[in-house]
Amino acid sequence: MEAIKKEHELIVTVSPHVKSEESVSRIMWSVNLSLLPALVMGIYFFGPKATLVTALCIITAVLSEYLVERALKRKVTVSDGSAFLTGLLLGMNLPASLWSFSPFTIHVPIIGSFVAVVITKQLFGGLGYNIFNPALIGRAFLLISFPKAMTIWTQPTAAFFGMDAKTTATPLGLLKEEGIGKLMEVFGDKMNLYTQLLVGHRAGSIGETSALALLIGAAFLLFKRYITWHIPFSFLGTAALLAWVFGGKDPHTGKMLFFAGDPIIHLISGGMLLGAFFMATDYVTCPSVRKGQIVFGIGCGALTMLIRLKGGYPEGVMFAILIMNCFAPIIDRGFKTKVFGAIKTKETKA
Amino acid sequence: MAQQSTVNYWELIKNGIIKENTIFKLALSLCPSIAVTNNLKNGVLMGVAVLFVQTMVNATISLMRKFIHPRIRLPIFMLVISGWVTITDMSMAAAVPDVYKQMGLYIQLIVAFASILARAEMFASKNKIAPSMFDGIGMGLGFLFALTVISFFRELLGKGSLWGMPIVNTKPLLIMILPAGGFFAVGVLMAFFNWIDVRFFKKSASGAH
Repeated sequence: MEAIKKEHELIVTVSPHVKSEESVSRIMWSVNLSLLPALVMGIYFFGPKATLVTALCIITAVLSEYLVERALKRKVTVSDGSAFLTGLLLGMNLPASLWSFSPFTIHVPIIGSFVAVVITKQLFGGLGYNIFNPALIGRAFLLISFPKAMTIWTQPTAAFFGMDAKTTATPLGLLKEEGIGKLMEVFGDKMNLYTQLLVGHRAGSIGETSALALLIGAAFLLFKRYITWHIPFSFLGTAALLAWVFGGKDPHTGKMLFFAGDPIIHLISGGMLLGAFFMATDYVTCPSVRKGQIVFGIGCGALTMLIRLKGGYPEGVMFAILIMNCFAPIIDRGFKTKVFGAIKTKETKA
Repeated sequence: MAQQSTVNYWELIKNGIIKENTIFKLALSLCPSIAVTNNLKNGVLMGVAVLFVQTMVNATISLMRKFIHPRIRLPIFMLVISGWVTITDMSMAAAVPDVYKQMGLYIQLIVAFASILARAEMFASKNKIAPSMFDGIGMGLGFLFALTVISFFRELLGKGSLWGMPIVNTKPLLIMILPAGGFFAVGVLMAFFNWIDVRFFKKSASGAH
């Protein structure tokens, strides 16, 4: 006993001596778990098709990660849950109507998942080396390649086996094409609109509709400190501010009315919450310095509202995050923390 | 320069196609490789135009190499190149007007191709006419090959057709004929050919590390 203890005391290890319980796979699976409420709501509203589309994405993502890592002779990292997360996020960003045989669109989620995992992630070097958020690139690829199939939104049917596939526009689509008057007409009054949006009874992608379920997941992540408030709050804050200032329209003339917009509609519709809490905060593709993260969030929010209010698409979260992904390394460089104790020197301009 | 008589012409051509492929290895002239390759016909015709210009420019420069004063060689190279490009441009406008309408601008832009000027400067101005011509043919064939492969995949995936003829009857991947798809195609093919090189011809792979 003595000898063993002595031996123990003499072991020299390199730092870090105190290791955190956290690991990549633990964080990834927690994020997967935190997306579960929103997914359940999506399946509840959009029926079995939603399950099938999401499952297809996840299976393709995991399978292609496994095959590519085998082919490139890399360490197979399927069990860390990152490919599963990519597939899940992509599936939650697709409309449930993609599971249809005529017109045949079942290959669409498969292609998206493949592009997300193979081209965006593995060809750039695997987890930690990708410049862009894989799930979002997958979705952008699909939206540009199959603009029609990707924008068939089915009316949510609370009855689980109610298979009626009535198509309709998303709230943001209505807001963009026909104005707030039409939106009120569809949903009744404002209170009803807010509740429907919070619960998620509206047309949209599988996982983005239920604001409450997303907020529960986000609260879990914030509580566990897997994400910090910097990106999502600056993202949502900027978007809300811009929606309030520039989002209003005169109902009669159609001209822009300052300080008359409705920020709440913009915050809880579209993919805003899903994007702000689960996709902009991707460790790999956002800046790692806190101040930089705030800049990143402000950029995302501003670009989102620019696309929503002025651009051609009704929804801009995806493109906003992808554009800001490009800037993440530059932002990081701009907010480099000073080395403790270092003497400030004036940088000479070359 | 002494062993010029023993220059292996086949080696020169192979060099242009494989070892120093303009697009896949040197990553030069990427603008046309993305801009004109959204269908096979444009890609192949562009490749043929470059093959012609490259060969003729190399031959001309090689003939003139004794008279060109080194100080003014670049303007003279440019004049020779633009001369041959003008000939190509006008011939294509007369022979294939419908294609020319789509990519006439890029034909004129051959003047500014880095690869053509580089070969004139590095090879043709130092070598005799026969090796210079074969070098031009090799580089041109390499370019033609790259553009053919890129535009083959882009048209097949983007439009589901080849040389304008419908092949597959499914919904095409629209992104492949847009500029973004061009970057995807060039990037993936570049990686693929470099992978082949590293995997099967380890000798010719340039040291990556």
